[in-house]
Amino acid sequence: MKTLDKLHQHGAGGVKAPSGATSPLSVSGLSVAYQKKPVLRDVTFEVNEGELIGVIGPNGAGKSTMMKAALGLIPSISGEVLVYGKPCSEQRRLIGYVPQRESVDWDFPTNALDVVLMGTYGRLGWIRRPGAKEKAEAMECLRKVGMADYADRQISQLSGGQQQRVFLARALVQNAKLYFMDEPFAGVDAATEKAIITLLQELKKNGKTVIVVHHDLATVQQYFDSVLLLNVELKGFGPTSRVFTQDMLQHTYGGRLAFLDHTIAAGATEAHGGVSL
Amino acid sequence: MSDFWILLTGSLVAACCGIVGVFLVLRKMAMIGDAISHSVMPGIVIAFLLSGSRDSMLMMSAALLFGLITTFLIGLMQRTGIQSDASIGVVFTALFAIGVILVSLFARQVHLDQDAILYGEIAFVHWNIWELGGVNMGPKAVWLLGFTLVVIIAVISLFYKQFKLASFDPALAAAVGIPVAFFHYLLMGLVSMATVSSFESVGAILVVGLLIIPPSTAYLLTDRLGVMLGLSVAVGVAGTFLGYGASVLLDASIAGCMVVAVAVLFAAAFLFSPSQGLVVTKLRQRRLAAQAAIASVQKQ
Repeated sequence: MKTLDKLHQHGAGGVKAPSGATSPLSVSGLSVAYQKKPVLRDVTFEVNEGELIGVIGPNGAGKSTMMKAALGLIPSISGEVLVYGKPCSEQRRLIGYVPQRESVDWDFPTNALDVVLMGTYGRLGWIRRPGAKEKAEAMECLRKVGMADYADRQISQLSGGQQQRVFLARALVQNAKLYFMDEPFAGVDAATEKAIITLLQELKKNGKTVIVVHHDLATVQQYFDSVLLLNVELKGFGPTSRVFTQDMLQHTYGGRLAFLDHTIAAGATEAHGGVSL
Repeated sequence: MSDFWILLTGSLVAACCGIVGVFLVLRKMAMIGDAISHSVMPGIVIAFLLSGSRDSMLMMSAALLFGLITTFLIGLMQRTGIQSDASIGVVFTALFAIGVILVSLFARQVHLDQDAILYGEIAFVHWNIWELGGVNMGPKAVWLLGFTLVVIIAVISLFYKQFKLASFDPALAAAVGIPVAFFHYLLMGLVSMATVSSFESVGAILVVGLLIIPPSTAYLLTDRLGVMLGLSVAVGVAGTFLGYGASVLLDASIAGCMVVAVAVLFAAAFLFSPSQGLVVTKLRQRRLAAQAAIASVQKQ
């Protein structure tokens, strides 16, 4: 772990990462462009197994884009992404994904249990439908996120936090080894935030690797083992204690963070400042 | 007997359109249905010129091809940054206009007039009979629509979970390895089939009503996708019977009456749906306000 840290602390700039066959996610030279403007430029990093990794950066820094490109959901113009040493398309069963909550239509005619069941579709193959076994698994996952009582509830009747928990239950039922979560903490209540972080820590305890796009700088030190700083280019990657510093954040966000001192101090004493971007 | 065939034809149209329409509405692609129903026209005319008949498999294939071309071109333009509604407008009007030119050029050969394409001739379906070895098998339109309905039901039920997930959360669908683009084009192929099988009966414009209105009505009435599919078909079939009844009474266009009938059913659901209806919501609010007022009086 220590050697990797050294390699990736300032991992930007075309240094090809060693494609370790055991790393859950190894990204090298990944670039993405919509129309003409690059939204992600030459991003290279390699994550360690069993860590919670926070992806931090200003709006429009390409955080979601990086996730989608790593998952192969949007085309990249260059770069290589390996999941446990193989291309992403061959490792779908090992990957769980939680898209941004706003990316779907919550008025869709379906209920909470049904949404969780969707997490089993990948492993069911072309024809098979979810059966009793999958339903039992889905109920178990709803229970884990504290939503068992809402299984039959139409999804538009759930609060934002409850919807996010349903999404997490869906990721749990995927039973993956590597999770991508796009802003799971956005717009949720305090109880849900606590439930989510407990769940992430449990995933970590079971040896899963979880990559989380995160906005609330005040909780970064408390939540994540490693931090990936992104602003179109990779601005830094490594253990939170080493990378989540005022200098590095200034470097990532530009001159726009007057309250950084306060944030980091608050984070260090584990206080909830609620400062977010 | 003609009543029976008209009602059967109308019900088959309603069923075909009602099922694929649900996915169009849920994926917010209602106007793509509109586009496809118009831009299959050049395909229909070309197939007509080549085969000389209006119910060949060739016509179905040509329409399918044009439906997919339409979908592909719209997608291509959207990806290069043109507004989605503008892309749809450009593609379908251009293709439809080509169809109009073809009809006007070859009007004598094709025996296909623009009114028939636009408004349909469901009253005449029982005149166009399929004979097999001298035996009367019933109207060709019924066979064509029946075939289309079987294909639609088979494909949708076989790949129900893929269509469902690709409609609700295409990002997750792609992430778990479902070929989202394939299912997109498969759905568009089904929409093209439904459209071309229906156009002879109800025309290219009114078929859009049957693609969009029954699913939108069903959407107001249920929380479950499976139920929505069933209700959508039921609303379409009910509209067919009510519309045909009205057209007999008024001596007016059958297809026109059918679409107005489903629109009336939509309006009824919009006003009186138990969960989302305008009237019911207002009544519920008033009752809650009254209860709150009583509670506050009691407190004093």
